[in-house]
Amino acid sequence: MSANVSKTSEAAMQWLRNTRVWKSIFRRGPAYTNRTRSLAIFGNLFLHWLPVKVREKALRVRASYYLGSISFHLFLVLIATGVLLMFYYHPAAPQAYRDMKDLRFVVSNGVFLRNFHRLAAQLMVVAVFWHMFHVFYRGGYRPPHEFNWVVGVLLLLVTLFLSYTGYLLPWDQLAFWAITVGSNIISAMPFVGKKARFLLLGGNVVGENALLRFYVLHCVILPLLALGLVGVHFWRVQKDGGLTVNKKDEREER
Amino acid sequence: MSEKKDKYEAGFGSDALKNPQRVVFVTKKVSAKVKGDVGKQLMAYPHLLLREAIAFQVLGIAIVIVALFWDAPLEQLANPLLTPNPAKAPWYFLGLQELLHYFPPLVAGIIIPTLVVMALIVIPYFNVNIQPEPLWEKNRTKHLREFLFVLVVLGVFLGIFKAWTVLVPTLAMGVLVVFSYLAAPGANRWREFMRTRTVSWWVMTWFIVVALVLTIVGTFFRGPGWSWVWPWRAHGF
Repeated sequence: MSANVSKTSEAAMQWLRNTRVWKSIFRRGPAYTNRTRSLAIFGNLFLHWLPVKVREKALRVRASYYLGSISFHLFLVLIATGVLLMFYYHPAAPQAYRDMKDLRFVVSNGVFLRNFHRLAAQLMVVAVFWHMFHVFYRGGYRPPHEFNWVVGVLLLLVTLFLSYTGYLLPWDQLAFWAITVGSNIISAMPFVGKKARFLLLGGNVVGENALLRFYVLHCVILPLLALGLVGVHFWRVQKDGGLTVNKKDEREER
Repeated sequence: MSEKKDKYEAGFGSDALKNPQRVVFVTKKVSAKVKGDVGKQLMAYPHLLLREAIAFQVLGIAIVIVALFWDAPLEQLANPLLTPNPAKAPWYFLGLQELLHYFPPLVAGIIIPTLVVMALIVIPYFNVNIQPEPLWEKNRTKHLREFLFVLVVLGVFLGIFKAWTVLVPTLAMGVLVVFSYLAAPGANRWREFMRTRTVSWWVMTWFIVVALVLTIVGTFFRGPGWSWVWPWRAHGF
């Protein structure tokens, strides 16, 4: 029975892939040859930064633990859940806090939505750190990957700043004092400390202006920055010859 | 074509309107050969994309399951007049906050983080991080002397500031380095592993260990007035 079903669905997919509509959308028929499989990658705007071929050793779980991929996947689900949360959020004090209460008691699945976003954000910080250390221990920063390592460090900073700006948005005691502690550190900067903190907070203390600034940074500026840097990062992985395959992997072969 | 000095020199065209021609010279002495072997390759479609999709789905399911049961915290409305004790930064900055307890804000809050970020950025541009030569491969005594000097200076510096939570992991790592110096070649797998580590490996591992200890201490072992508390006795938990 199930064998029949899978056979029928396979036949249906095969028919679909050969239709004019499918070909017009994907610019190719079924990917049965290596030529059409290559077209599937570089003929697609959303995949063209991937390599057409990857080394088998680079695909093994141990080569990367998929930490870079996982960081990016977390970024994607954070955008999705973040946009949903934006529908229920006003960056104003104390309305922001009331929105948190609404998410908990009024909005359908509001608790789940916020839990998901927060958990994914924490995991992303962990994943990006882990990814960096893993790349370091594999020697993935060695030439010709030097500049991509630098882009990676910038992405780590953007990730931390994204998480930090998101921390203030619930506007509860936890958020307020965490940001107060953090922003007090900035004022220790020589000469420009007070000015830099004023620029970040839009005032001398964490208040409504700080909430608005963190909201704009968190929802617009930093995600765009991260997206741009991720683009460069992925593109350079491909241009610099794929993941680093080190001597250990070579030895395993024999 | 640029002016050629003699007739065997290759010329480089700079005229954008002309199509350059490529000429390959095959001499009799050298036979054709393949340089470097990348090993077995697979098509990214479907092999890479399928794995990415599976990773994405496993991750998504895991987050959904945890998010169903683990609620994000929400405390009282923000109140500038009511300072909690201790007021803690997000967990990934608690290592820095722990440093702030020992060092002046300029050092702990600005200089150390800036140095860390700069050190991370310049890693690939220094040959000491590129050449995979073990620390104890050559000049063993000289390297040991240098290492002990750095360890003592660092220890005294941290001791003056009474930065115990930095000092203890640093000394522990120092003991490991000395141990790796004393390890005989091929004694067992673990000792052999320690013996063949590079300088950059040791520095990065020291950094990670210290950062982990600081973050864990800052998260779980610090109470009112940043005093030391045991997490199982703390009140707020």
